[in-house]
Formats: sequence, C-alpha cells, structure tokens
Amino acid sequence: MSTILEIKDVNFGYSNTMVLVDINFKVEKGDFVGLIGPNGSGKTTLLKLILGILPIQEGKIIINGKSLTDFSEWPKIGYVPQKATSIESQFPATIREVVGMGLLSLKSFPKILTQKDSERVSAALKTVNMDTYSDKRIGELSGGQQQRVLIAKAMVSKPEILFLDEPTTGVDQESQKQFYDLLAKLNSQGTTIILVSHDVGRITKYVTKIASLNQKLEFYGTHTDFCSHDKKHKHVYHNHDLCLDRG
Amino acid sequence: MLDILTYPFMQKAFITGIFVAIACALLGTFLVLRRYALIGDGIAHISFGGVATGLLFNITPFFGALIFALIGSLGILKLKDKALINGDSAIGIISHASLGIGIFIASIAQGFNVDILSYLFGSILAIKTTELLMSVILAVIVIVIILLFYNDLFYITFNEESAKTSGIKVNLLNTLLIVLTAITIVTSMRVVGLMLASALIILPAVSALQFNTSFKKTLIIASVIASSTVCLGLILSYAYDFATSGTIVIINAGVFLLLLLSKKCGSIVKSSWHG
Repeated sequence: MSTILEIKDVNFGYSNTMVLVDINFKVEKGDFVGLIGPNGSGKTTLLKLILGILPIQEGKIIINGKSLTDFSEWPKIGYVPQKATSIESQFPATIREVVGMGLLSLKSFPKILTQKDSERVSAALKTVNMDTYSDKRIGELSGGQQQRVLIAKAMVSKPEILFLDEPTTGVDQESQKQFYDLLAKLNSQGTTIILVSHDVGRITKYVTKIASLNQKLEFYGTHTDFCSHDKKHKHVYHNHDLCLDRG
Repeated sequence: MLDILTYPFMQKAFITGIFVAIACALLGTFLVLRRYALIGDGIAHISFGGVATGLLFNITPFFGALIFALIGSLGILKLKDKALINGDSAIGIISHASLGIGIFIASIAQGFNVDILSYLFGSILAIKTTELLMSVILAVIVIVIILLFYNDLFYITFNEESAKTSGIKVNLLNTLLIVLTAITIVTSMRVVGLMLASALIILPAVSALQFNTSFKKTLIIASVIASSTVCLGLILSYAYDFATSGTIVIINAGVFLLLLLSKKCGSIVKSSWHG
C-alpha cells in the first residue's frame, strides 16, 4: 500500500487557544479512516487544514506525494461538508446542477459542462440511487437524500480520496444505515475515505482505521487495535460502546 | 402607443434600460443568494461622493462615480480583510465617508444641486448618447463576465468551502463580484438613480426566486422581469408623466408582492387539496 495522505507535525490555534497540537499520521490508499473525538477536539479544524480551507500555521500536509501548498490535483479530492442540513429550502438549484458542480475541478476556463458531463452526472446519481429525482430542487429533499446527492457531487469527478465532515447530522436512522453502506461500497471499490464523526458507536462498524483526536492524536491504528483499547478510551466518549458488532 | 418608440430619447431610454436591467438581474441573483444584497446600497452611497466630486472638478460625473465606486468597493474588501472589521461595518464606514464627502461638496458648491438630483433619482429620459454608450458597454461587460464565470459563481454561491476544495479561487471571485457590483450600480445611476439603484439588483432577483426553479431558469426569469418592468415603467411614466425611476421600482415591488401572494395561495390550495 502507498501513502495517500501524510500529516506531519501539525499545530493550529485560533487567537491564543491551541486547537491541534503535534498531529502526525499517515493514511494509506484504500483506508477508511474514522476521525473521531468529542466536541471541540479539533476534528473539523484538521479536515479544513487538509482541504486547504484553513491556512496551515505549523507543520506539513502531503497529499499524493505533494505538499498542500503546491497541490493542484483537486479532481482527486472529494468533499462532503458538515452543513448539508443547512441547505436552504429555497435555494434554486436542481440536483443535476448541484452534482455538476463536482465536475468543475476537471475543467479549465471557461468552465462549460458538456453532454458527456451530463452523462457522468446521471451515472453518479444512479450510484447513489437518486437518478429519478434529478430535476428536483435540492431544498425539496430530505436530509438523507441531500447527503446522497452531495456524495454523488463529491464522487462525480472520480476522486481518489473522499472527505466527509459529520455527514449524518440531522439524518434519520434508516437513511444513516443506507448512507454508511454506500460509503463501505465506495471504499470496497478503492476510494480512500476519511470520515469525521462524533457518532463513534456507529462508524466503528464501518471503518478500517481510527484516528482519535482530542487536541492531540490520542490513538491512530486499526479498528481491532482500537477495540482492544476500548476501555481506555471509553471515558472520553462518556462510556459509549465504541466497538459494536461489525457483522 | 407605439409612437413612443419613434422618439430618439425613448429609444435611448429603452436600450439603456434593458441592458442595465439584465446586468442588475444577473448580478442581483448571486448577491441576494449570498446575502450581499445591501452592498448595492453602500456602493450607491460611495458613488454619490464621486458624482459630487466630478461635478465640482468638471469631470463627467459618470466617471467620478465609477472611480469612487471601484476604489470604495475594493476598500471595503481591504478593510474587512486587513482591519478585521466585519463586512456590514466596512460597507458602513466607506459608504458614509463618501456620502459625507458628497454632501460637503454639494453644500460648498451650490450651483450644481439640480444636476445632483438627476443622479440621485435618475433621469433615463434625458440620457445622452455618450452615457448610453458607456452604460451599454459596461452592462455588456458585466453580463459577459458573469456568463464566463457562471459555473464558478454558482458554486461559491452554493457553498464557498466546497468550491475551495475544487480549486476555485474564491477570494478572487468575491473581488470580481464586488467590482462588477460597483460597475453595475454606476451604470444604473441614470436609469433609476443612486437612491434606488440597489432596488434593480434586489427586486427582480427575489421575484425570480419565488418560482422555485433551477438556477439557470432563475437567472433567465430575473432578467425577463427586470427588463420588462423597466420597459413598462418607461411606458407608464411617459404616458402619465410619472417619475420614471419611482415607477420602475414600484412595478418591481408590485411584481414581487403578486408572486409572493400567488405562491402563498398556491401552497394553501395545495395543502388543503392534500389535507
């Protein structure tokens, strides 16, 4: 396996408050990493640093062998943001238009979407079982359906690595299960996934590796190793059962 | 009624009005959805300082307003980023400083107060050929730039953070959007006047949003509403001797109210039908 993402000596703070201290880990191609931690542990901040949304203050982030500061292979990155539930119901965008945005990283100026792109959008919507809704506005969908559309948008450029930030916030239990099953399917097809979640019990069922964050990286390793440390970590997650039956 | 099209001043008014209305509607849809709708008002205040300065120094007020609007709008961005002042306050500081300059100049050089009124409240029926050319050229530039950057602007309007992860230069596009707003406000100065310039940016866009349709169709509907209300405003103001700018804005507000009410009535009928 080769390394697809490397975090080296990363420190980050807002004003005088440190949020991330001395973060180091590597993600291999094909991993499904659950980035977990209590509220305020720095999960979303770390994700935003990796994606270049926040500027790096200290340390280095390397994606696909390239330092983030020189990184330009954006089609290889897929991102599903935290605030899918805050999509305004009145926002005038059809599902087809939203998924089409995911292709812009492949385009050069002027970015015009072609018939072939339209076929790629249809295929991506079919993957998430949303093809029958393609002309509906995104605001008309339920939270779970919106998340599937955002997955299609993130996947339409066929990224090698998919980042998701608390993707199931506000999504009902049944849709959550379908959503995680879909992620597991994408991972089995070769997509590396980094999933930020506070829903520790649920995601440990799907992920292959766990990064447990609480300002510092408290644990990074396989799911099995994490479960053998279950008791040690339980206090952080308020005695949540961290290692549910994966069957 | 068609005879009004034979008058050169009406022809100029229709041509200018339609181009400016389309530029306002396209830009306005992005600004309204990004919650920047009132930046138009701020830039209009800034332009007032430019108009007064232009009149004082015998520079064409159009150019005075354009220079002030461009410098002022970039100043708002700088103040927001470098001085860490929030957007609303940055707009307030620069627009009111420029408005103050305008009022100060108007008070010390009282001879051009009548001219100033025509820029404040618009005078599209008295538009000169050079102003028509400048307005149309600038409006076409704004429309072409919006169409060229359509997909990127759409993406940053939907979600700025996601757009960044697609390699889109979000800061550059935000600067572009504010510069285009400055240009558009100045071009609409003769149509509806600086006092009502942002109305042409906001009202057609919010009216089009009532149709609950795709982004592309929303932009088209906003453009149709803006240009047709400007034409209707011109015809009514000519026929009944109303103030043109006020008539255009009142029609736009009326269209919005009608669409809002029909949407509400539609959803009431729909829910009672399903209930």
